[in-house]
Amino acid sequence: MNVKLGRGAEFQYSTGRLLLAGGASGPAPLLNPRKTAMLDALLLARIQFAFTVSFHFIFPAFSIGLASYLMVLEALWLKTGNGVYANLYRYWLKIFALAFGMGVVSGIVMSYQFGTNWSVFSDKAGPVIGPLMAYEVLTAFFLEAGFLGVMLFGINKVGLRLHFVATCMVALGTFISAFWILSVNSWMQTPTGFEIGANGQFLPGPSWWAIVFNPSFPYRLVHTVIAAYLTTAFVVGAVGAWHLLKDKTNPGARKMFSMAMWMAAIVAPIQIFAGDLHGLNTLEHQPAKVMAMEGHYDSHPEGAPLILFGIPNSAEKRVDYALEIPKASSLILKHDLNAPLAGLDTIPEDQHPPVGVVFWSFRIMVALGFAMLGLGLWSLAARYRKRFYDWPLLHRAAIAMGPSGFVAVIAGWVTTEVGRQPFTVYGLLRTAESAAPLEAPAVAASLVAFIVVYFAVFGAGTFYILKLMAKPPQPHETADPSGGKPIRAAGITPAVAVEGRAS
Amino acid sequence: MIDLTIIWAAIIAFAVAAYVVMDGFDLGIGILFPTFRVGGERDRAMNSIAPVWDGNETWLVLGGGGLMAAFPLAYAIVLPALYAPLIAMLLGLVFRGVAFEFRWRDPGHRRFWDIAFCGGSVVATFAQGITLGALLQGIHVEGRAYGGGWWDWLTPFTLLTGVSLMSGYALLGAGWLIWKTDGPTQAHARKHARMLTIALVGAIVAVSTATPFLDASYYQRWFGWPGVLAAAQMPLLVAIAAFILWRSIDLGRDWLPFAMTLILFGLSMAGLAISIWPDVIPGRVSIWDAAAPERSQVFMLIGAGLLVPVILAYTAWAYWVFRGKVDETGYH
Ligand code: HDD
Ligand code: HEM
Ligand code: HEM
Repeated sequence: MNVKLGRGAEFQYSTGRLLLAGGASGPAPLLNPRKTAMLDALLLARIQFAFTVSFHFIFPAFSIGLASYLMVLEALWLKTGNGVYANLYRYWLKIFALAFGMGVVSGIVMSYQFGTNWSVFSDKAGPVIGPLMAYEVLTAFFLEAGFLGVMLFGINKVGLRLHFVATCMVALGTFISAFWILSVNSWMQTPTGFEIGANGQFLPGPSWWAIVFNPSFPYRLVHTVIAAYLTTAFVVGAVGAWHLLKDKTNPGARKMFSMAMWMAAIVAPIQIFAGDLHGLNTLEHQPAKVMAMEGHYDSHPEGAPLILFGIPNSAEKRVDYALEIPKASSLILKHDLNAPLAGLDTIPEDQHPPVGVVFWSFRIMVALGFAMLGLGLWSLAARYRKRFYDWPLLHRAAIAMGPSGFVAVIAGWVTTEVGRQPFTVYGLLRTAESAAPLEAPAVAASLVAFIVVYFAVFGAGTFYILKLMAKPPQPHETADPSGGKPIRAAGITPAVAVEGRAS
Repeated sequence: MIDLTIIWAAIIAFAVAAYVVMDGFDLGIGILFPTFRVGGERDRAMNSIAPVWDGNETWLVLGGGGLMAAFPLAYAIVLPALYAPLIAMLLGLVFRGVAFEFRWRDPGHRRFWDIAFCGGSVVATFAQGITLGALLQGIHVEGRAYGGGWWDWLTPFTLLTGVSLMSGYALLGAGWLIWKTDGPTQAHARKHARMLTIALVGAIVAVSTATPFLDASYYQRWFGWPGVLAAAQMPLLVAIAAFILWRSIDLGRDWLPFAMTLILFGLSMAGLAISIWPDVIPGRVSIWDAAAPERSQVFMLIGAGLLVPVILAYTAWAYWVFRGKVDETGYH
């Protein structure tokens, strides 16, 4: 009953020797016939992973921020007794329930896809990243799920204080979830603290600390959690602005717009700063990714230009129609106008990430970051000039920026993940060697199924969220929750009443 | 020396068992859903699980994630082998999960989301049953990877286990509703429970009879010494539990049918354990072949040892908060 591990090692690992750090890579390893037949399956699997994870991340990006926002609202309500906060809490709770539900179901898909589609990766990296993901389940997912029921349905059962505790636990759970999954992802970007086993597996070294707190993790955690807060702030701000345009006296709309714009004004600059630090860290550990982000095909021994726009041309290895600021890139990345910067010409060709995608997605993210900063500053000016609730153009701009967080987040992840190519574990394990031994039709079928189901189901969910947002926050939502009225939030709309209305 | 690999096998088995019984009754209610009257009956059935289903489903994530962490090789072989049923299960869970919220948000399409709720539950359950059957009937391993085709899982035996699991989950769901509801919903659930008890016992007999003939080693375990000792007791225990269950549907306390169904599930899982121990992939990969290195096991054991009791405590609290019968307007 023994697996023939010896033979297995031969079968799997002869196809690509591990590129151990610093080791010469040589020509791309020859693919065995079975693997060649699987190349299409590989491309399909990559598309499927990118599609499902992008969809998944849209919901956490919103619910991490929204959970904290709900916590703040409930705290303010408990502290001040001001009905507006209770009102807003109820209003956003319904939306949270929808977004969270979609996050959960799309997340479960993710946790199984490592095995179904990236089984070789799971076998090799499982001993290192598996425990981190298991910790995520134990410390975060159970916490969220356990207290979610009380948060949504339990306010009349447990009283206000315990209910507030439940809200806090859900918010804490979302943060802890981000902590672990980003640690996993960061380890794949900047792997440290591991050893390589006889059968090619990554094995944990003596210190788990070195694995969890790998070099890019602190930057990625800060940058991503702030991104989630900004995403939520811009959604809340857009909803507030929308209702202000219709009725600038609505107290709920005023409050939420104001809270959101404070977030934008304070947090957007912090995010730009954090992003800059993140980029410097990436330059140190994944220089090829930064070269792709900057469009630097060539090395610049005497100060590199900052390419604002242009069309990366990977065939000719240059950026066409480039609009550049001389030496500015060296200034940003090295804080010295004349510092030399290496380009992709110093990296073996078979280790280049795709430049075009990374170059553009990075610019989208950065542009949106500055647009967010711009709106934040504008809102400060409006407050100063006492036109904050009375400046339709500002409100229209806030509505237009409503989805900007989602776009920036996805663009950021595309930069990160595509910039890591052609590796899944940076420098060590190639994407082409990570995939499961699946047949292309199987992956094609599942990919089509995911696309159809996700667009239909999450499209409907998004529509319901927009419908809820289109209603202004109403005073009746402030009904005293302990007064014995059934809660209207999330799913527990009294069935009789709804049934009555529907018929 | 304590063998950490055995401890981890026990923890994963516990997570899977917890998932099966806890999400089992949610999915069972989904399977039975169309038979409940539109309006009050359906709303009650839904409200009886709305606050807890997410926590129940999380055990599935622990089962899968835990397998990757503790037995990465098993995770890497089994999941591609069961590609189609697992993807179907995931998509089924998508539909069933969103229906909890969507059906309230969109009264105009409530019927559609009710169908999605039922269809998702049926597909997910059937796929889980197939997974179990495919594991039992054997997986083709080549080196450290799955070596078969993408339809290998489809055989009469796996269809049998798929249907069996559906009857089992549906019975759990019916038992839960007998416990948590009253009036017409409860009466309806009792009627289902009677039929489903017969179906489940039939399924247990069919699967148990077929299993020893799938592979000589199963036969050996059950009819060789000392397995035959257990083999002799099992039918008796199942018969006793089924008898009490049958009687309790009409006579006993409201929680008794659910509890007896749990016992039937417990016995079936014990039988399963006897069949495959100490393998994760029966006949091919033992738990020791697949185990993660000791450093991974120790690191996770610290967390699991501290956190699983805490999780069980607050999960119990969440159930306690929503104790008692539900009515149409939810918990009050
Ligand atoms: C825990 C790990 C993890 C996390 C948190 C993410 N990814 Fe990822 N991603 C992977 C682990 C991974 C991977 C398993 O390593 C993949 C699969 C194949 C590959 O190239 O890497 C991958 C590939 C991959 C690709 C394809 C790259 C290519 O083919 O060139 C894209 C576009 C993304 N991811 C996008 C994202 C987005 C938008 C994320 C935001 C949530 C994200 N990833 C988070
Ligand atoms: C490939 C990567 C990922 C996997 C495997 C994954 C896995 C999961 C799973 C299984 C769930 C459902 C938990 C439950 O049952 O309650 C979930 C939800 C969640 N995930 Fe992910 N996830 C991934 C990426 C991310 C990222 C990048 C973040 C944040 C930075 C994130 C944050 C969350 C949060 C906050 C939830 C709770 C639900 C929600 O807020 O919508 N996940 N994830
Ligand atoms: C102008 C400001 C910004 C700069 C300079 C910046 C910089 C960066 C850099 C360098 C990366 C790649 C990290 C890597 O190599 O792994 C990145 C990724 C990312 N960015 Fe930004 N960013 C900015 C604004 C934003 C904004 C406004 C958002 C969203 C609201 C955002 C969300 C993300 C996300 C989610 C990632 C992927 C996760 C990560 O690796 O950190 N960024 N950012």
